[in-house]
Amino acid sequence: MIALSDYLILGAILFSISIAGIFLNRKNVIILLMSIELMLLAVNMNFIAFSYFLDDTAGQVFVFFILTVAAAEAAIGLAILVVLFRNRQTINVNDLDTMKG
Amino acid sequence: MDFERFVFYVFAIILIYAAGRVITVRNPVHAALHLVLAFFTCAGLWLLLEAEFLAITLVLVYVGAVMVLFLFVVMMLDINTSPLREGFIRYLPVGLVVASLMLLEMFLVVGARNFGAQSVAIPERHGADYSNTRELGNVLYTDYVYPFEIAAVILLVAIVAAIALTMRKRPETRYQDPSRQVSVQPEDRIRIVKMPAEREQS
Repeated sequence: MIALSDYLILGAILFSISIAGIFLNRKNVIILLMSIELMLLAVNMNFIAFSYFLDDTAGQVFVFFILTVAAAEAAIGLAILVVLFRNRQTINVNDLDTMKG
Repeated sequence: MDFERFVFYVFAIILIYAAGRVITVRNPVHAALHLVLAFFTCAGLWLLLEAEFLAITLVLVYVGAVMVLFLFVVMMLDINTSPLREGFIRYLPVGLVVASLMLLEMFLVVGARNFGAQSVAIPERHGADYSNTRELGNVLYTDYVYPFEIAAVILLVAIVAAIALTMRKRPETRYQDPSRQVSVQPEDRIRIVKMPAEREQS
């Protein structure tokens, strides 16, 4: 049978992959958004694993809300991306220096 | 190795492969498609954990809505990917070092020593008459009704924000403005010029 640690280690591997993705693709906003989605997926995996092994539905409710907020975040992020591309004709993070940050 | 463990390992390998491809492929469309594969396999793993409702929700909401939106945006924007890839090799060592350090730390915390089968008992499977959706609904509409409504408001705000961000006024198109139409006065339209009457030349 599969122990809780197997699921947690799988979630940790997924989270580390998405961290590496943020480091590697720091020029491309679309891949950055996808890495954030992967990160949320890893966190959701941990929540559901704990919910199953501790027999508590609260973890699944939490995942439900995380899915809601992640969908909203993806929609707004992509809308910002479309407006950005329309105004600047680029999504390269290096070119987005209008605010002198 | 029983069948459940076999299924778990197959899904885990596919999931890690898909996640690795998401961050390394050159084409953003391929990255989005590999992310779809990752979501599908993750839904399969959630089915193993008896979270049937959330597994179906993941496929419907993420694969059906969010990833289609991603693909739509990726294909709509005409992106030249070659300048976006520069720095990939340069940041490869630091990215791998940070990721493997984090993985090592998390492995030490959540490994089999603390959360193995000896410390956390594996629960019994529920029977065929158990409904995960009913259980989730029971707590969602009683204990968590306020967070549920806040989530609904967040979705509404997201709709309004996304539309307001992407809507633009085209200056070249002509359209009617009803408030200006009903508030127009006669003197805005015609001008009565007083002038002395002229006698017809004879």
